[in-house]
Amino acid sequence: MPQIGQPISRLEGHLKVTGAAKYAGEFNLEGLLYGYVVNSTIVRGKILSIDTGSAMKIPGVVEIFTHENRPSLAWFDIQYSDMDAPPGSPFRPLYDDEVKYYAQPIALVVAETFETARYAASILKVEYEAEEFDSDLKKNIEYARDPKMGLATMLKPLPPKPKGDFEKAFEESDVQVSSAYWHGTEHHNPMEMHATTTFYERGGKLTIFDKTQGTVNSQLYACNVFGLSFSDVRVIAPYVGGAFGSGLRPQYQLFMSVMAAIELKRSVRVTLDREQMFSFGHRPPTLQRVRLGADKNGKVTAMNHAAIAETSQFEDYTEVVVNWSNMLYPAENTLLEYQLVPLDVYSPLDMRAPGGSTGVHAIESAMDELSYKLGIDPLELRLINYAERDMAEDKPFSSKELRECYRQGAEKFGWSARKPEPRSMKRGNKLVGYGMATGIWDAMTVPSRAEAELNKDGKLKVNCAVSDIGTGTFTVMTQIAADEFGLSIEDVTFDYGDSDMAFAPIEGGSFTVSSVGSAVVKACQSLRKKLIQKAATMENYSLSEDNEGTIRFEKDRIVLSDSPAISVSFADLIAENSGRAIKASTTSIPNVFKLKKYTRAAHAAAFVEVEVDEELGMVNVTRALTAVAAGKIINPKTAKSQIVGSMIWGISKALREETISDHRFGKYMNENLAEYHLPVHADIYDLDAIFVEEHDDIVNPLGAKGLGEIGIVGMAPAIANAVYHATGKRVNHLPIHFDDLV
Amino acid sequence: MLTENAPLLPETQRSFDSKKVTLTVNGKPRELNILPWVSLLDALREYIGLTGTKKGCDHGQCGACTVICDGKRILSCLTLAAMKEGAEITTIEGIAPNDDELHPLQKAFIEHDAFQCGYCTPGQICSAIGMMQEAKPTTRAEVADLMSGNLCRCGANVNILDAIMEVNH
Repeated sequence: MPQIGQPISRLEGHLKVTGAAKYAGEFNLEGLLYGYVVNSTIVRGKILSIDTGSAMKIPGVVEIFTHENRPSLAWFDIQYSDMDAPPGSPFRPLYDDEVKYYAQPIALVVAETFETARYAASILKVEYEAEEFDSDLKKNIEYARDPKMGLATMLKPLPPKPKGDFEKAFEESDVQVSSAYWHGTEHHNPMEMHATTTFYERGGKLTIFDKTQGTVNSQLYACNVFGLSFSDVRVIAPYVGGAFGSGLRPQYQLFMSVMAAIELKRSVRVTLDREQMFSFGHRPPTLQRVRLGADKNGKVTAMNHAAIAETSQFEDYTEVVVNWSNMLYPAENTLLEYQLVPLDVYSPLDMRAPGGSTGVHAIESAMDELSYKLGIDPLELRLINYAERDMAEDKPFSSKELRECYRQGAEKFGWSARKPEPRSMKRGNKLVGYGMATGIWDAMTVPSRAEAELNKDGKLKVNCAVSDIGTGTFTVMTQIAADEFGLSIEDVTFDYGDSDMAFAPIEGGSFTVSSVGSAVVKACQSLRKKLIQKAATMENYSLSEDNEGTIRFEKDRIVLSDSPAISVSFADLIAENSGRAIKASTTSIPNVFKLKKYTRAAHAAAFVEVEVDEELGMVNVTRALTAVAAGKIINPKTAKSQIVGSMIWGISKALREETISDHRFGKYMNENLAEYHLPVHADIYDLDAIFVEEHDDIVNPLGAKGLGEIGIVGMAPAIANAVYHATGKRVNHLPIHFDDLV
Repeated sequence: MLTENAPLLPETQRSFDSKKVTLTVNGKPRELNILPWVSLLDALREYIGLTGTKKGCDHGQCGACTVICDGKRILSCLTLAAMKEGAEITTIEGIAPNDDELHPLQKAFIEHDAFQCGYCTPGQICSAIGMMQEAKPTTRAEVADLMSGNLCRCGANVNILDAIMEVNH
């Protein structure tokens, strides 16, 4: 029975429910030292002095590192770069006396116990020369400029050139919408705080347990910054307690832990606290404007989507915000614009569906507004403007079953029960609203390696350095590998999360199944061939490459399907190979020439019911359904969890979470989980996700598009649209709070 | 740590003397020599080596550190170990009936896919055990309410409630 498509429970489940799964900050090594980071209390300026005298006198304090006594570090920007670095100069911890943003790490206290390090960190005396700063995007719109191009821009293309004449077409259109949209800063806030435990081995080799979405990425960074050899640095991320983008770049706890370990020649752990989780990257606040012009029948003829986003003074972080609009709706006159304002903040960082969840909120809210102006059902308006081709790039889609998402989603949700008029549906004393929106996310593939081996004990093993941040990578890769050998999952092992294994890209962008999965397929196929070739050289076996089709793998042997009596055991194969493992490792490189002819994207349709208590302004998402078209679903169980989980992210984005800034102080005001609101169990009602059939031969050999982001994209606008339907109030900034509605 | 140049305690008032604390953890007596301000959470994770109990905020805001203390669920990050002299503590490592068998909630969590990253899971499970003992909830809404001190950032909430409801009945 094929393992792909089976709803298999997470293979690491037992370890996670018993507490046996070890995360980065949980490796208790002998003689371990604890580091605690001290952060700046000014936004911008110079550190005049750091008085460490009193702190150093505390029994148990081993060392305090600052820019004044840090070891020598790499000189060039490229050495601080990483797989997710935007164009610019990456931030260098403890590099010099310059403070560039609020809560910049400025010192590391290392002590024998956590408590001592924390206490000593609290009594450092720091003197600054503070300078003027500005962290307010809305006040600095006039300084918006085009982003710089760089390597990262390859996966994040800038907007396409304008088409037709937007202004003229907009003017001449029958019905127009023109609205502005806003969301503030958001922070990833995975439940596990960022931690790195660096194990200092004799001879100076480092084994680093890091909270990261890319073990190889962290390894590269540590080697480049500290001038270490790759063979001396191994990064392991066995379990990662959520990341959502926060682990895509090496964060400063990695730098601090490795630096202290090298300098002190001891093992050192640095764990950030929750407040510090707000000091290294966030979803950037973004201001958007959408103008749509349509004819009387609802056909959108003119489309302008403009976005202005925050970035830091040292890097041009970009995301794809506006491009989605024309991918979704084939207007003939388009003007898509995207600009940045550098401010005195840390560089923004990819956060679940970066750009997509931002831009689609605007376009899908604007489409909803247009539907009411036209008197056309919002779903019908999407169908009128359905893109059979990607008109932004003028390419066909590799596959697109969005129409089916709309149909099946609407049917299962009961969209037809919606009364068209706002404020027309009630339940008890609550207003009820239905809203819907479309979701879209790129189906990207990047190069990856995988290694498959028949080890010396005759066991089939596949490995890749990829991490599993809770997405189910371990389980689905095991399923993929099992199918390549025609075995059950018990007979194949997938090892992961270790930079010593086959190269993997960072785990993000919904491209892991596509990229690593393709590498696993290739490596298994290559090993299969090798094993059959080996078997063919052995006496008495009529197994050869010529009859590969008639050969199958069983638990511990290769068997000729026609005559099962003819077989060769894995043990004999290894014996024949002088007791050594038989390995095959391959690189999967996407066929760019083939792929670039198509637009490859996952699609979704989100349907939401809200109840609004008008007197209190309270909004509850009482029911929601997302229908997803994302190609082949490898594991329906983990897939559904990912989609429902990201729908909860959508609820959070629409109604709860926001990092609040006080621009007078240039700092965030709610750096904790009590005031950074996330949905709790009592906020969650009836949520469901369905997958529509979608066949895709182009995206990758598996036909799977990835599921990490697609569920969040349409959810927030669907909620905002439902709130409008319930109340007649259009709130275009997120999150929507009770004071917007009373 | 965001320091605002906190005033320094006079040296005469500073004490870094360890105290002896005895706890019973998962049925085993544990004698610790720790500073009086070591939290129960850090005592479990750093001094006893039971890292199944998680630190998600260290401020009593996320529930990841929930353990069962003398039959009640508590936030171990807001509890000083020294306050619990003689207490019976049960952590995620100690809830299964034996080494070969899982607690019904552990089984239900796996079956219902009630976690993704797994970091809030020990706290969710310990909290659910404590909740069922203290409140005897009957409806899903009650359970959701009583479990709302345990955050899950992956958004496994629906599956967590499904798992708890299965065992609660």
